[in-house]
Amino acid sequence: MKIRKLSERPEKIKKVKRVGGNGCRALRDIHRLKKKASLRDARGRRISSVFLTPSILGVLVFFVLPFFVVIFYSVVDNPISHQFVFLDNFKMVFQNAAFRQAASNTMKFSFIAVPLAVVLSLGLAMLLDSKIPFKSQFRTFFLTPMMVPIASIVLIWQVLFHYNGMVNDITAIFGAGKIDWLKSDHAQVVIIVLFLWKNLGYNMILFMAALSSIPKDILEVAVLESAKPWQIFLYIKIRYLSSTLLFVTIMSLINSFKVFREIYLLTDDYPYPTVYMMQHFMNNTFGNLDYQRLSAAAIMMSIVMVVIIGILFLAENHFGRDVEG
Amino acid sequence: MKKKKADCLEPAGMEKDRSYRWMVKRKKGRVFVKKWTATFIAAFFAILFLMPIVLTVTNSFMSSSEISSNYGQVFSTTDTGGKTFISEKVNLKFIPDMVSFSQYITVLLKSPDYLFKFWNSVILVAPIVFFQLLVAVLASYGFTRYRGRIKEMIFFIYIILMLMPYQVTLVPNYLVSNWLHLLDTRWAIWLPGIFSPFAVYLLTKFMRRIPISVIEAAQIDGAGEWQIFRRICLPLCKGCLCSVAILIFIDYWNMVEQPLILLSDDTMHPLSVFLSKIKNGEIGLAFAVATIYMVPTLLVFLYGEDYLVEGITYQGGIKG
Repeated sequence: MKIRKLSERPEKIKKVKRVGGNGCRALRDIHRLKKKASLRDARGRRISSVFLTPSILGVLVFFVLPFFVVIFYSVVDNPISHQFVFLDNFKMVFQNAAFRQAASNTMKFSFIAVPLAVVLSLGLAMLLDSKIPFKSQFRTFFLTPMMVPIASIVLIWQVLFHYNGMVNDITAIFGAGKIDWLKSDHAQVVIIVLFLWKNLGYNMILFMAALSSIPKDILEVAVLESAKPWQIFLYIKIRYLSSTLLFVTIMSLINSFKVFREIYLLTDDYPYPTVYMMQHFMNNTFGNLDYQRLSAAAIMMSIVMVVIIGILFLAENHFGRDVEG
Repeated sequence: MKKKKADCLEPAGMEKDRSYRWMVKRKKGRVFVKKWTATFIAAFFAILFLMPIVLTVTNSFMSSSEISSNYGQVFSTTDTGGKTFISEKVNLKFIPDMVSFSQYITVLLKSPDYLFKFWNSVILVAPIVFFQLLVAVLASYGFTRYRGRIKEMIFFIYIILMLMPYQVTLVPNYLVSNWLHLLDTRWAIWLPGIFSPFAVYLLTKFMRRIPISVIEAAQIDGAGEWQIFRRICLPLCKGCLCSVAILIFIDYWNMVEQPLILLSDDTMHPLSVFLSKIKNGEIGLAFAVATIYMVPTLLVFLYGEDYLVEGITYQGGIKG
């Protein structure tokens, strides 16, 4: 009777029975072991969540919970009376000229700076990926700007781009007129240059890692099949780089939202209108402690970010599937 | 087409062929030209990248009178402030006329204000780096062991939070600091910094690469969770901890937004904010202060460039 029952059990146990001789005892042992393991698992699970608690508590208190309050503030008329006004705050922010200026400036900046950052850093990575001498030194040089605090470099930047500064002297050689870089529409150019200077190294490292992960045999086969360099680039390298390309684009986009730091240090709270960014708007709103406006602006910003991040994930799922990086 | 053939087939009889030799020569010449143009472009960019840093350092060795004669125009608040400048032009100099350490002497010995701000920076950054690592290492172990749907969801929230720009996260931070009466104290900067999800994300990504068999082997040998963490995961993560520490350090050493909003008291501001206010008056000192301010980051960079590169590489590919 017992033996028949055992024969219905899965393969593993049958084997144990054969080894152990006494099926009944082996079965009991396995049950006990399983029970022990599951107990241990439950205990481990509990302990591992203990490991998590400090971080989760901190994130809850400082980021997540207050964010819900921010959402709440964005739909009430003021923090004391809590009158529900739904989208009025958003409308108010939208109608604010400063906000519109800031949003359009930020978008304009991102549209110009991000593609430049991606293309240039890819170019640099390809450059360092080809056979050139002093490769590691070049990598160090390109990475240094990332390390240097912006505040230290701003001084020299002001000297370079001053009305009587060096950049104007250089452009004068080519016959261009003098430009007051920081106090005209060209301020955005200065900021873009600074942004590129700061961020190219970081992007380049990401691209270099991706380039070195392309399987060598595929490239060799392509050469043997007498593929032209541009074909290799377009059909193999870009294909393998696609997920990194996306990541770099997203990171550059996020960093381009942070460019306020550079502008603030270069100019001040109220810079030339073309470089008045989102963060300036936020800072000046912090100054008046207008919670509703702040909250509404933050919510809009976060919605934009969530959309961007969502696109990243979808795109990576779509592109990253058939290539194993 | 022909070139490629010559490269990889090399039939025996072809070696004496003059045209073949010529082809090889031409190819070699082309490779040579290509290589050196690439090097030249790289060098050009390298010079562009390094120039601001080098200029800042060399200018810090000028005496303050030399600086104000060179750059007086740039840093005066109004161009018609009644002052007359010695030179019409802004003279950018790579090498000072006379090397002098007067700037450094003034900064280090005579005006304690700058050193005080530097100390402010250190005080703000050091605890953040240390405690963020501590919290993050624990949390990432939690995220690595016994993965379940809830944990994955929480981890996803961490990723989203990590990617949020300051514009979004500063508002909640401000509200909490306001409620807890932390505004205008260093805690307002420390606490959000310590619990920032960035380090958790990177470390978790790294820890999940530790083969499960290693952990299981330890478990079979009777190690508890704490022992697995302490004896297995922590030693394996050493390199990653270094790279994360460097990344956090750069980020917070460079911070401007947080102190501006969360600390209204100027005396607690770090040097990064203070440097932008030097402009008037003490221009002579500015370059020395700027150089002193970037020395720690450069030291860290020299020591840990490989860790930094590794850390950045781990960041690539958001999905763990």
